[in-house]
Amino acid sequence: MNYEQLLSERVKTIQPSGIRKFFDIVSEMKDAISLGVGEPDFVTPWHIREEAIYSLERGRTYYTSNAGLMELRKELSRYMERRVNLSYDPAKEILVTVGGSEAIDLCIRALVNPGDEVLVPEPSFVCYKPCAVLAGAVAVPLVTKNEDKFKLTKQALLDAITPKTKLLVLPYPNNPTGGIMTKEDLEEIASVLRDKNIFVLSDEIYGELTYGREHVSIASLPGMWERTIVVNGFSKSYAMTGWRLGWAAAPKEIMEQMMKIHQYAIMCAPTASQYAAVEAVKNGDDDIARMREEYNYRRRVIVDGFNKMGLSCFEPEGAFYVFPSVESTGLSSGDFAENLLMQEKIAVVPGTAFGDSGEGFIRCSYAYSIANINEALERIGRFLDGRR
Amino acid sequence: MKKILELLERDATLTAEQIAVMLGRDAANVAAQIKEFEEKNIIVGYKTIVNWESTDDEPVSAMIELKVTPQRGEGFDEVAKRIYQYEEVSSVYLMSGGFDLTVIIEGKTMKEVALFVAEKLAPMEQVLSTATHFVLKKYKIDGVILNDKPEDTREVISL
Repeated sequence: MNYEQLLSERVKTIQPSGIRKFFDIVSEMKDAISLGVGEPDFVTPWHIREEAIYSLERGRTYYTSNAGLMELRKELSRYMERRVNLSYDPAKEILVTVGGSEAIDLCIRALVNPGDEVLVPEPSFVCYKPCAVLAGAVAVPLVTKNEDKFKLTKQALLDAITPKTKLLVLPYPNNPTGGIMTKEDLEEIASVLRDKNIFVLSDEIYGELTYGREHVSIASLPGMWERTIVVNGFSKSYAMTGWRLGWAAAPKEIMEQMMKIHQYAIMCAPTASQYAAVEAVKNGDDDIARMREEYNYRRRVIVDGFNKMGLSCFEPEGAFYVFPSVESTGLSSGDFAENLLMQEKIAVVPGTAFGDSGEGFIRCSYAYSIANINEALERIGRFLDGRR
Repeated sequence: MKKILELLERDATLTAEQIAVMLGRDAANVAAQIKEFEEKNIIVGYKTIVNWESTDDEPVSAMIELKVTPQRGEGFDEVAKRIYQYEEVSSVYLMSGGFDLTVIIEGKTMKEVALFVAEKLAPMEQVLSTATHFVLKKYKIDGVILNDKPEDTREVISL
């Protein structure tokens, strides 16, 4: 078989992660301390796990409705009302998905036509561009900057809009930078979009993890609900990554289209996970508060540590990452990460994994115990001293 | 203020500087606050949680339920005071429900503990009855699970 000739042209254009080799070295190194993980270190709270176990004991092993358990969608509707002041009809405007990732894919596929442009702020999570490309769209990076705290600015947005622009991805609180968009920042963006036929995919997976001020959804601003698809999930806020459960909320016209793809490609999200999720949204607010407080302690420790050793890093206000600049070392992100791993056995993720504009930065996760973070900081400090 | 106590209760080895960073506060201020807690006896002491079962030197502990006669004017405090003076007694709690005092005793052997109850506690004038329960295995002490140290099974890198 001549695979090269036969395989999908479109899929072939998608590049596998450029730092795969680096990942492989890290995975082989047994005693490395990693700050590379993009998921909580907490185990899912027991009362949530227990609900999944009960559901299995009761024999709830069948498909749920395509959109997800009605009970769960009702709880999600209440949750969104309570936390971000948004109203969605559980029957028509909420869809339970296999992680936030599926919701992102569905949303992009449901909206774009071939040749449409999808605006993606960068550095950001890696999935938006490939999803856009697979749907035949063109992903246009909007570079965000350290001096702007990696916020998307009104000007950057205005500069990128063309007649072909269909969708703006708004990935805040942001992975990898930890940047957030305040209500005022969002208002700037909304003022650009209100009179245009451009949708917003608001990826709010880290929405519960902000420090100091509450997350605001762009959909809650006047005139934005009807053009916004909110994507969220259980992975980060409830420490439920392995359960693969997320959701999308959008006006029913959009949801009807997303629903068709979901119905044929996925059928429904895992049933046991959905029962666990009902318990999570109903009774998990305290868990979120507890974990958020814990992340906040760690955030202060790691930011303090980096600034003390001279790797300047703006104070991230969301997610669980810091994104210090390594420019002062004269090394590229990739070289910094590789040398640090070889010399001190500390794994961090080069900023370039999140787009070309991540050059000059590294992503360090603080989803680790304070002891682990302190040990890592000590070794990074030693690494830097050795280079001076 | 409460946060400082919560952090120290979890890990008494934290320094004032570390706590100050974690809370985003001034180190001198935190140190002064801790000192004040110590002086006011709000922070009563600092201890280490030891899993003695993992050593060759495992002490015996027992929980004794005591029914006692409260004293006029003193309630249960006077009896409790008589009991907590003994070095063998590690904890004393006043309880609601079917009995009055829980007394936790640590000793080298079961015999030593049993004799202590028989010779010291039971004969006390105010003590009406005792029931001794020996601890066979400790799973969790003060919020810490003993033999189930969590292991990080996450993938080393994920985006």
